[in-house]
Amino acid sequence: MFDKTKLDNLKNEGVENVPMKERRDFLKMGFVLTGIFAGGTIFSAVSRIDKVFASTEEFASKYPYKPHYSMVIHQDRCIDCERCVEACAATNSVPHEGYRTRILERDVPDAIGQKREFIPVLCNQCNLPQCTRVCPTKATYKNQQNGIVMMDITKCIGCLTCQEACPYNARYFNEQKKAVDKCNFCFDTRLSKGEKLTGCAAACPAKCRVFGDLSDQGSDVYKTVHQIEKSVWVLRPEAGTKPNVFYTKG
Amino acid sequence: MANSINTASISLNAIESMVIGRLKSGSKGFYALLLLAGLLVAVGAGAGVHAMIKGHENFYNVTREMPWGILISTYVFFVVTSTGLCLVSSIGHVFGVQDFMPIAKRSVFLSIATILSGFFVIAFEIKIPWRMAIYNVISPNITSNIWWMGTLYGVYLMFMFAEFVFLNLNIHKPAVICGFSGSIAGIAAHSNLGAVFGLLMGREFWHGPYMPIYFITSAMMTGCSVIILFHYLAFKVNKEEMDDKMKRSLEVTAKLGILLICVIAFFTIWKMVSGIAGEPGGKYEAVMALVNGQFAVNFWLFEVGMGMIFPLAMFYLSKGKNLSMMFLGAVSMIIGIFVMRFDLVTVGQSVPVYFELGVNEYKHLMSYTPSLYEGLITAAGFGMTMFLFLLGEKLFAGHKVEEHDGHH
Repeated sequence: MFDKTKLDNLKNEGVENVPMKERRDFLKMGFVLTGIFAGGTIFSAVSRIDKVFASTEEFASKYPYKPHYSMVIHQDRCIDCERCVEACAATNSVPHEGYRTRILERDVPDAIGQKREFIPVLCNQCNLPQCTRVCPTKATYKNQQNGIVMMDITKCIGCLTCQEACPYNARYFNEQKKAVDKCNFCFDTRLSKGEKLTGCAAACPAKCRVFGDLSDQGSDVYKTVHQIEKSVWVLRPEAGTKPNVFYTKG
Repeated sequence: MANSINTASISLNAIESMVIGRLKSGSKGFYALLLLAGLLVAVGAGAGVHAMIKGHENFYNVTREMPWGILISTYVFFVVTSTGLCLVSSIGHVFGVQDFMPIAKRSVFLSIATILSGFFVIAFEIKIPWRMAIYNVISPNITSNIWWMGTLYGVYLMFMFAEFVFLNLNIHKPAVICGFSGSIAGIAAHSNLGAVFGLLMGREFWHGPYMPIYFITSAMMTGCSVIILFHYLAFKVNKEEMDDKMKRSLEVTAKLGILLICVIAFFTIWKMVSGIAGEPGGKYEAVMALVNGQFAVNFWLFEVGMGMIFPLAMFYLSKGKNLSMMFLGAVSMIIGIFVMRFDLVTVGQSVPVYFELGVNEYKHLMSYTPSLYEGLITAAGFGMTMFLFLLGEKLFAGHKVEEHDGHH
């Protein structure tokens, strides 16, 4: 039987006296259980790594890419100038009818304060990609060194199952190449030639796209993803593909 | 030596004149229908080749967000029909249920005709089909349901060909083995086709273990209708009366059809309920589009009305004996099922993947209308089935099943 009198006799220690660790644990529990209401859409607001794996070492052993290319998008910094889209198209010969990256626009007329935001989207180079699972000829595959989901265009039969499978509309059929095309973090056009950043990350004037190596504990992407004070999320976590593109604000 | 050559040439001559004789035995109506079917195939093939050369994007209405259209749903329709024909016919000559024996030969032939029609249609959908022939073989991906489906349907077709040959040569044991193996391959291939849709975690309308199971049941239901339809037509084409054994065969096929309609109706009810209860994201909007949205006419009139209720009524009221009612029910069901496949493919893609983000670009459900070329290729698929069916009726002299003693 629950003894109410014992509870009544307890003294309120005051919120300011709660230790930092306890505050963090409480917040973590809150994030895990509830998510955050953000203008009508529910996001899961926990760092994807903490929710899925017990520790960074466990994550790294399961996905041992080196470098483990990843991107953090500071969504609040995007101003829809689309220089990233132009740079991507120019760098990777993306035809006019297609795109590898795009800026989505969300209007919330009832919002208090800012009423519009922009959401850059691109291939998430997922750790459990649906596209590579469904491709009948292994025309698309995950690079085992750096984790980028690549295309072998000679094998692509154009069945477009990968387009159906992708939860992020990251793929399109490129008529010039006669194969499906998608963002590959500018691997063949920039990274393999010594560049440190993707075309879109280099072109962004607002430092919205932060590109880096998730296996490098000194990198900005690592630091952003491994903290719990600011929300970090991924798009469509329910699709279960464990993306490597993270979103945050601030 | 000379004698055997003479014998051989006499046999060849005999075969040739028999074949020519059979082909010449059609009525004017038969040749008109054959010509029409042939024209449909030719026009559709022309459209398909033109689109292949000039680029699909100029002639088909599929888009980046909706990459699969009527060509995919027509392919699904034909392979569903083929698998169903195989499975229903195997009840007879593989599992020995005597009542299903008379329909066996024609059903096996039709299962070959329909799957060839399906392959014909999909050849114009796949952007680079010759790469498929090469890389499906030398670079297979065993986690890919598309790969399994393609490979197993190749195996299935091989077994069905062999079975048809053995049935016509009256060599029963290998026919049974091929029939059984073909059924296994067909079930495996067909459930993988269901899994192509069902294992996609990003598309809630399709996702789940339901698709492979639904596809197999739906295939058998379609098979029952197609058997009734083509047997009715065949006896009209051959200007013959059905004997009692054949009538009994169609009666039990109709009864099986009734059972399968009930099963599919049950499946459909729970599919819809599971999409509405709790308003699951990505699925709810799609299901509501079927219930009272842009696909409501497709769903209620075609899928439910023509695909299930009317055929159920016709098969039931006919008591399996009134062939005209059964034929009407079969035609109605086939139209309904064609729309069922179309809705499956289209509705599943109608909810954009970023719908729940609430962005301006993806605020609405997508819509799709087939283009002229896609329509022509679809019609050509039906044309091919009709063409092969008509030719087959003459070439194989009505697919008569011979009496043989006992169980083989």
